Amino acid sequence: MTRFVLGRIGFYTLVAVLLAFFTIPLLWLVTAPFTSDPTYEVKVPDFTLDNFRAVLEHPYALPSLWNSVVLSVGSAVLVVVMAALAAYALSRVRLPGRDALLYALLLLSSIITGTAAMVPLFQLAVELNLIDSQLGLILILTGGLLPAAIFMLKDFMDSTPKSYEESARVFGASPLQIVRHVVVPLVRPGLATIAVWAVANVWGNFLMPYLLLSDVEKQPAAVITYTLYTEGGQANLSMLSTFGLLYSIPVVLMYLFVSKKYGFRFHGGIKR
Amino acid sequence: MAAIELRGLTKVYPGGVKALDALDLAIPDGEFFALLGPSGCGKTTLLRTIAGLETATGGAVVIGDRDVTGLQPGARDVAMVFQDYALFPHMDVTDNIAYPLRIKKVAKAARHEKAAEVGARLGLDHLMDRRPGQLSGGQQQRVALARVMATQAQAYLFDEPLSNLDARLRLEARTFLKKLQRELGVTTVFVTHDQAEALAMADRMAVMEAGHIRQIGTPSEVFQRPANTFVASFIGSTPMNLLDGVARGDTLEVAGCKIRVPVSAEGRVPDGTAIVYGVRPEYMTYSAEPADGAFGGKVAIVENLGASHLVTLDVGDVIVQAVVPEGSEPAVGDDGYALPRRDRALVYRDGELV
Repeated sequence: MTRFVLGRIGFYTLVAVLLAFFTIPLLWLVTAPFTSDPTYEVKVPDFTLDNFRAVLEHPYALPSLWNSVVLSVGSAVLVVVMAALAAYALSRVRLPGRDALLYALLLLSSIITGTAAMVPLFQLAVELNLIDSQLGLILILTGGLLPAAIFMLKDFMDSTPKSYEESARVFGASPLQIVRHVVVPLVRPGLATIAVWAVANVWGNFLMPYLLLSDVEKQPAAVITYTLYTEGGQANLSMLSTFGLLYSIPVVLMYLFVSKKYGFRFHGGIKR
Repeated sequence: MAAIELRGLTKVYPGGVKALDALDLAIPDGEFFALLGPSGCGKTTLLRTIAGLETATGGAVVIGDRDVTGLQPGARDVAMVFQDYALFPHMDVTDNIAYPLRIKKVAKAARHEKAAEVGARLGLDHLMDRRPGQLSGGQQQRVALARVMATQAQAYLFDEPLSNLDARLRLEARTFLKKLQRELGVTTVFVTHDQAEALAMADRMAVMEAGHIRQIGTPSEVFQRPANTFVASFIGSTPMNLLDGVARGDTLEVAGCKIRVPVSAEGRVPDGTAIVYGVRPEYMTYSAEPADGAFGGKVAIVENLGASHLVTLDVGDVIVQAVVPEGSEPAVGDDGYALPRRDRALVYRDGELV
């Protein structure tokens, strides 16, 4: 009996420590922006809005959030459209060596936007005149995300019964009509998942925009965060915490929205 | 409306599996035709090849007077009901029924009107706003039928249309389908593995085995005179007695009993030929008294079929089954005699009907 109680106490202590480990930074993130002179401690805020005023007055802070939106939405749209078409084809057409191709792509994708490919990618962007261009960055980020997106979406496509499409085919639907009328509505939750995943990935990506965009007016929030220092070269905690809060809110909102709208699956129509 | 004709139709899957082996089949306009066979016999492949979902390796599919062998499914002017119905789960009943018309670019108002008309005919009027997931199995089947009717195709193809319904509903749907087909008069081919379903619904049927058609005929022809021992053993809710025997003059020696040669085989089995004697349990007269030309043995099992009983006799080392009307069933262990009807018994030589 005592052993059981001690075991329970040990277990809950461990859970509490783990929880604190993850909760305290989050608590700091929501309290520090409202504190006049934030430190690394979590304290009860005095609810000042001065920090927000400072962020608003910063010349690049708000535009950088907009840049983040452009980059992440642009990449997400490209990733979803291209991955959907590729995954549908790969799921429905039998190709010799298809699975090997998919795994090879998946493996390569971690290299494309990874550190190892930085120099060649930079050179490629220079050659193609895509340096310091948001379009170029979107293309490169899309390339990095596509293989994993295709891989995940193919799984979604594989799990939708073929008879839906065959039925549409017998009625005379063309392949593109089948994709539009039948496949896309059926895998919509999968498409939403990929879109959210792509947005979150690009939103949080620091390295690629830092390398490829030198014009500060084009840089996304992730890069601007890196520049928030005081004149003395110290991290400007009031700016950082406030900007960090603003930076994280859109992603949280997007997640909530998509989960509410697409967090369900269609049932029925196929008798199992 | 159109006739369907298959000429030497062959389908070989990659890997060399021959699903269809040079099939010839003619289905006249307006006929309700059943493809019957055990699983893996190629009946679904045949249906899908007619639909165009599988491409034929050889031979031709002719619908009406058009050779459609090389055409895409959509260009063949056929409509298909899938085994799982394949109703689009994201569309309501109206949109599902109207989908074929949407592909044909019929205006929205016109196609919704047509959907409402067909839906009302099948008793779906109060369900038109529902999604397939909110319908019962029988309702889903009627939506699938309505969708096919909305196409006004030349021929309908049904893949196991009743297999997803529960037993009681299946009987109702059987009657309903047959009535509907008769009213519409559209050439319809349906696939089933259930011989009772094929016998009950079809005008004519083909029994398939391993990519070959073993017999084509009306349900009564196939039931009364199965062309070979495969069809004989496959058709009938109580399996046919198929007993090895030898011809001895004008009698047959089967399972140690002397049996008279059936009417259909009279004078056609030379003395000494090895034969298989076939007679359905329904065509046996059971009696407790010995009779001339009857199988005599001990009652091993009595099975209740409802209005009758199936009696299994041990005759030597083989078993003979007979259907006995209710009220006169024997007890297990009794001596019993089963006299085959001479006009219904059949003789098979090398597996084929004599």
